[in-house]
Amino acid sequence: METTVTNTGTEGKTWGGGNQPLKVSYGKMMMWFFILSDALTFSGFLAAYGFSRFKFIDSWPIADEVFNHFPFLHGVDAPMYYVALMTFILIFSSVTMVLAVDAGHHMKQKKVILYMFLTIIGGAIFVGSQAWEWKNFIKGEYGAVETKGGQILQFVDAEGHRVALHDIAIMDDHKERVQHESKKGIWYDSEGTLPTYTVEEVRAGFSKRSDLLIRTQILTDKGEKTILSREESLRKLNTDAVGIVEGANLVHNEYGTPLFANFFFFITGFHGFHVLSGVVINIIIFFNVIIGTYERRKSYEMVEKVGLYWHFVDLVWVFVFTFFYLV
Amino acid sequence: MAHDTVHHESNISRIWKVFFILSLVTIVEVIFGIWKPDFMMATFISMKLLNWFFIILTLYKAYLITWAFMHMEGETKGLRRAVVWTAIFLICYLMFILLTEGDYIYEVFKSGHKSWDF
Repeated sequence: METTVTNTGTEGKTWGGGNQPLKVSYGKMMMWFFILSDALTFSGFLAAYGFSRFKFIDSWPIADEVFNHFPFLHGVDAPMYYVALMTFILIFSSVTMVLAVDAGHHMKQKKVILYMFLTIIGGAIFVGSQAWEWKNFIKGEYGAVETKGGQILQFVDAEGHRVALHDIAIMDDHKERVQHESKKGIWYDSEGTLPTYTVEEVRAGFSKRSDLLIRTQILTDKGEKTILSREESLRKLNTDAVGIVEGANLVHNEYGTPLFANFFFFITGFHGFHVLSGVVINIIIFFNVIIGTYERRKSYEMVEKVGLYWHFVDLVWVFVFTFFYLV
Repeated sequence: MAHDTVHHESNISRIWKVFFILSLVTIVEVIFGIWKPDFMMATFISMKLLNWFFIILTLYKAYLITWAFMHMEGETKGLRRAVVWTAIFLICYLMFILLTEGDYIYEVFKSGHKSWDF
């Protein structure tokens, strides 16, 4: 009891610290101000995202085309369903959390245990889902070609459907280029994994198939990516293309500008870290509830405090969902 | 706190109601995100109407989560304003500055004053 509620002997007096003008305990008030500062941090990230997006307003990747996977539905175009499901999971775990807080107010230990447990499960599922989303994003699907200026060129067929690199490239069995590792040469010198194909292989395959066209990063008035004519495509591929991009990392990104990938990793990563730490904190409180710490304390305020943090994580996700996937 | 536990009536029906509204709003957002109706593609204050629609719904969801789930509605006026107003004013300011600047840089590149060469 004395750990959360400290008596100073000055209760009821105006001066001396015993007064509570905001009518909340110290811990809860500080949780609110921590949340406020954390909200400002996240808004800084999202505002920076907005800055870059406005800067490249006519060439930003289209989220529907990037995040269109759903578990067990391979090759099916399912824009946003998965992330909507993740949103539901998080909102639902918020509901079980608020139910746990409510049960705590009525000192119902068994119910608090149940609801805290459900909240932890929801959080764990969410983190797992995010890992799956990252995996798909990093792995990529179609692959693309990068130009000298760092622009991304993607391939489409006559109907405008995306075509993957492995359907285009004609493999050259005699290529001599192998990945340079530090053990094979100077010890401090090495390079990253080589892409599966070379630009020449893609060029060879592209010139053979006359139905293929190139799609640039630039958005049309309708908000779709510009598709070049066959002549333009050939010219662009033969003069500008310098590298192959498969998937996304912090430097290259097959979906468009690398900034998109950077912000995706950074913002969803930072949010995922919050979810993870929220789950860990929830587990600690969960065990405290089981061993009856708050029964003895005659107050479940700790559940309320971690509940505030958990709802905040949900709140941030609502914004991330909007600005990354919808807008 | 002892005096806190005394006067809490159960609010379970309200919790489920808020959950229902939050789910509904999310479903509406997803439907509009996939449908993308033409009449919402018009530009309003340098953004599509559809995007404004999403942002307003998001703010509504944020309001519901903060007020109902985080019990902001039950806190004193002082705490509520200290937290909510601080966030709103600072974030609006930051957004205004950064988005204006981003748009300016876009115009600089677009007019060819500087070329995109990195």
